[in-house]
Amino acid sequence: MTIAMDPPKAGFRLSMLLYDTRYRSITIQVIFMVLIVVFFFWLYENVVTNLKAAGKDFSFAFLWQRSGYDINQMLVQYSSDSTHARALLVGLLNTLFLALMTCILATVIGLIAGVLRLSKNVLVARLMEIYVETFRNVPVVLWIVLVNAIMAVSMPEPKEFRGENPSAQMIFFDSVAVTNRGIYVPEPLFSRSLGNTDIGIFLISNDLLAIIAVVLASIWAYRRLQANATAVQNATGIRPVTWWKGLAIIVLPLVALLAATGFHLGYPELKGFNFVGGVQARNSLVAMWLALSIYSATYIAESVRAGILAISRGQTEAALALGLQPGLATRLVVLPQAMRVVVPPLISQYLSITKNTSLALAVGYMDLRSTLGGITMNQTGRELECMLLLMGTYLTISLLTSSLMNVYNASLKLKER
Amino acid sequence: MSDASYVREAMLPAQKPPASETGVVHWVRANLLSTWGNIVLTLLAVYVVYLILATIGPWLLRSVWTAGSLQECREIIEATWGEGKRGACFAVIAERWQQIIFGFYPRELYWRPILTLVLMLVALLPILFYETRRFSWWVGVLFAAALFGSVWGHASPVVTVLVGIAAVCLGVWLCVRGPQYLMWFSLIFPAAAFWLLWGGTVWLPVTILLGFVLGYGAYRLVSALNGLAGVIAAVVIPILWWVLLCRAAADVLQGIVPIALVELGSDQFGGFLLSTVIGVSGITFSLPLGILLALGRQSDLLIVKSFCVAFIEGFRGVPLITLLFVASLLLNYFLPPGTTFDVILRVIIMVTIFAAAYLAEVIRGGLAALPRGQYEAADSLGLDYWKAQRLIIMPQALKISIPGIVGTFIGLFKDTTLVSFISLSDPMQIVSSIRANQEWNGIYWELFLFVGLLFFLFCFSMSRYSMYLERKLKTDHR
Repeated sequence: MTIAMDPPKAGFRLSMLLYDTRYRSITIQVIFMVLIVVFFFWLYENVVTNLKAAGKDFSFAFLWQRSGYDINQMLVQYSSDSTHARALLVGLLNTLFLALMTCILATVIGLIAGVLRLSKNVLVARLMEIYVETFRNVPVVLWIVLVNAIMAVSMPEPKEFRGENPSAQMIFFDSVAVTNRGIYVPEPLFSRSLGNTDIGIFLISNDLLAIIAVVLASIWAYRRLQANATAVQNATGIRPVTWWKGLAIIVLPLVALLAATGFHLGYPELKGFNFVGGVQARNSLVAMWLALSIYSATYIAESVRAGILAISRGQTEAALALGLQPGLATRLVVLPQAMRVVVPPLISQYLSITKNTSLALAVGYMDLRSTLGGITMNQTGRELECMLLLMGTYLTISLLTSSLMNVYNASLKLKER
Repeated sequence: MSDASYVREAMLPAQKPPASETGVVHWVRANLLSTWGNIVLTLLAVYVVYLILATIGPWLLRSVWTAGSLQECREIIEATWGEGKRGACFAVIAERWQQIIFGFYPRELYWRPILTLVLMLVALLPILFYETRRFSWWVGVLFAAALFGSVWGHASPVVTVLVGIAAVCLGVWLCVRGPQYLMWFSLIFPAAAFWLLWGGTVWLPVTILLGFVLGYGAYRLVSALNGLAGVIAAVVIPILWWVLLCRAAADVLQGIVPIALVELGSDQFGGFLLSTVIGVSGITFSLPLGILLALGRQSDLLIVKSFCVAFIEGFRGVPLITLLFVASLLLNYFLPPGTTFDVILRVIIMVTIFAAAYLAEVIRGGLAALPRGQYEAADSLGLDYWKAQRLIIMPQALKISIPGIVGTFIGLFKDTTLVSFISLSDPMQIVSSIRANQEWNGIYWELFLFVGLLFFLFCFSMSRYSMYLERKLKTDHR
């Protein structure tokens, strides 16, 4: 009886490309590859023909031309004499700024809502459930336009703050003015400023750098203090009292620096028809920020809830049985496990917040899409280049974030057999 | 026994629990007032509810449903409730709801989208509730009634009577023959919907459907000779048919038997009609594409795999709005000179691809969650790749990923509002165009409430359906 496992004796025949599983995959891939190449070549040919027909060329030289338009919110110096590339940078920074602010607020609201949704207090749990279901089942564009309308229609005009008996009042001890032109908040000022450093692309405030440096140094010193205390505890069994030292290390240098640079707040004041001083957060920014945060927070709340539910009660009980205090049990046992469940959806929510900032179009916030993919594109007529650049930028942000996420996930992964 | 001073001979009846341990009082104390923190939370919650009700309640209470303009609304409210009072002016909804739902679709042709919607429900029922046999009666009744009702008062008496007879016949037939035939209806529904909504000759969708029949026929004929040639024939012949002959054949047939509806351009679509058309087509086409992409990403074929990875990551990495801009601005660069095609179709293609990329990741999660043993069991049964996927892997993987899939669908449906940015008239766009009117200038909340409520109904019912499906498909006994 011949054994079926004997290798076929005959040499290679052409039909084996189709019927032999060893070669078939190669055949399929080659055909697939050819199809893709043909398709992309077809696209390329079309683009070349169409560009020629329209009398256009493909170049990014327009980026270095004068932009000629103003942007109403800029984190770095910009004027209508700056280049289109500069406008791109301003737009990108606005996008990232909005995304960052939204991520922070959405996380805070999401955490609170997620925890409260599991509360034993039925009233609160129900209220949170209604909040989550309402906001995530209605398009975010509607929320953005709604908040924008509330800001523009229902908020008082600056002139209503004037007079002996004004109909509108500033809040937070007369420091914040909520008007229909935006929200005015106090700005940080330095009377003995350290000046700015020009790092090529933009100016950066030396005061800010100094503050960051001092805070980082304080944190480092605080870590050293704690490590030292632990070493003493390990050696003698008695932990030295460190809280006042820690507090001093964190607070004193910062206070000293702020005093040295003459830090004070510049309050918004009503002058003429409008507020001056302080920082104005335009309606568009506030609408995008609040609406996106409240909307995205519902998704974060759901993943937080899933994370908490994923940790079985036994884990907490085991930690308590080991003699850990409730705080320590949460920090050492429950949180690390919950994080594994919560963080991946959280990061993908951050990504989707970043992409959703492009909805700024609905309220006219000057983000990357409005500068590069809006005014620049309309002025130069270079749709192809602008759209490619725009999509490339978003793609880079996304890919960078998701690769960071993959590294983080790998470090959290359960080490199993 | 007699020396015992006291022996109870009868059991006492069980006493009622103390009042504080039962009923409303206990429930309130246990749930709302158990600790100080809880009391604070409860008070806060009550305050929030009060705030919301105090803001919205009177506003809703003083609503006006019949008025010609916002000014008139305000006058009516002030006349009824006193000087300076504000109320909801739902008169705008009463006057313009048709526009929000149907866009600029001609009023006398409203029966077409309504009929399409009803047919869609009929086509969806066997898919959504495939297990329940009882529903076939409902389908029959719903079908007949709605078919009749949608034509009532819109078409000429002859058409009404004809449709009525057809509706009753179809309804009875459906009730008798049961749901197995409904599946066929579900398959031809997309072509029927296309014809009903856009109009034109009936023969174009028919010849397009014929392409599938041709492909199947070719497969049956040729695969008898050679399996692979059969597959190739099943792919090539329909494509040739659609590209070369389909339109000509439709014209010829139209010449012989002219059946046509009034043809409508895509610029007449708007409101929820547009959202639903884009949403439903996107959902229908993105699921198969997403499954293919997920399989490609999991496959051992390196080139296929890397193409799928690039495709998925590329489309997930950019906002949908940029893709819509590509569809409206750039597509002309990528197509041969002189080609134009419908803007709604372009949007549907982009939305489909976008959703498919997300679905692919969701389904990949489901595939990854399947134990390795399932693949090995399929192999050991001697199933080939496609059979294993179809019979063993996919049913389980899809079941695991139902919440994610439905979540993506809901996202897709909500994202249809973005088409207003490329100047299609989605509900939000219609809302702004209503506000641009002299009479309704300055009206916000009523319109937002109406649009939001409709979206909420769609999306909320989708998510509830997914929970129902999860429960129904749950086969483990935990």
